[in-house]
Amino acid sequence: MSDRRYPEAVADAFPAPPTEFTDREDRTVEVRVYDGSGDDYESLVEMYDSFDPADRAQGIPPGGEKRIREWLDAILADDCHNVIAWCDDDVAGHATLVPDGDAYELAIFVHQTYQRAGIGTHLIRGLLGYGQAEGIQKVWLTVERWNRAAVSLYKKIGFETSNAESFELEMGLRLNEGDGESDETDADES
Amino acid sequence: MKVLCGIGGSDDSLRALDETVGRAAVANDDLTVAVVDNEDSSVSPEDVMRRARDAVDESGVDADVRRVEGDPGSRLVEIAEREAFDEIVLGGGHTSPMGKITIGPIAEFVLLNAKTSVRLVR
Repeated sequence: MSDRRYPEAVADAFPAPPTEFTDREDRTVEVRVYDGSGDDYESLVEMYDSFDPADRAQGIPPGGEKRIREWLDAILADDCHNVIAWCDDDVAGHATLVPDGDAYELAIFVHQTYQRAGIGTHLIRGLLGYGQAEGIQKVWLTVERWNRAAVSLYKKIGFETSNAESFELEMGLRLNEGDGESDETDADES
Repeated sequence: MKVLCGIGGSDDSLRALDETVGRAAVANDDLTVAVVDNEDSSVSPEDVMRRARDAVDESGVDADVRRVEGDPGSRLVEIAEREAFDEIVLGGGHTSPMGKITIGPIAEFVLLNAKTSVRLVR
């Protein structure tokens, strides 16, 4: 969709992965770019297969291994950008940017075992650092209004609400200069 | 059952049309298809009318297909109440590139305002 709105100002610089930190439960967590290997893929399947359905948002992650694999095949495609937060050999969280016209749609999931420990903040910063390095200009997301933890995380990162008229809030962030169009002279503002 | 299916031409509304016509053929529903204005739809109301008539004709269901102009959500709610429909059927929402389901503004309005039961077709 081309009618989404984004902040005029470009967001702060975010650290590109790999990054390592200690979470609030004293666990060592490393944020790395998804490497496309079977091991990374299977670890993601394992994380989503044990993901609490109560934390689903707008139908994702889907339930059941078959649907999880179909969904992952779509969002791990070559034109998507994915980072994983690792705690030893377990996936603690996963964040992704999926192309949508001239922008990217963002989603982030932290497994219940690892929630409320500050991992989401490091993970989304890592994803946006990766996106910045890849030259991505505009990122949008939707979030359920009642999910205050997520909304405040996105605000802290620099996302601004672009549409508050629906059941879900829509938020946008500008990662790099430019409007995302290949033809810079083609004004798309109305 | 007396069913009012509201469609504006979006992909999910056309899925709802086919599902509802198919169900009406089996369940012997008294079906009305209302073609409403949907500014987000790329299909013209005339084409949506044609599409609805074709679906109804193919199924052999005796359904009423009518054009409903004006604000789509409030018109559907009003018709459902005035003509004593048992159920309003609508498309179940758009899926983002990420796979997230978003319910459109027409369905949001109808869900929050209808006294009639509402079914969203997935």
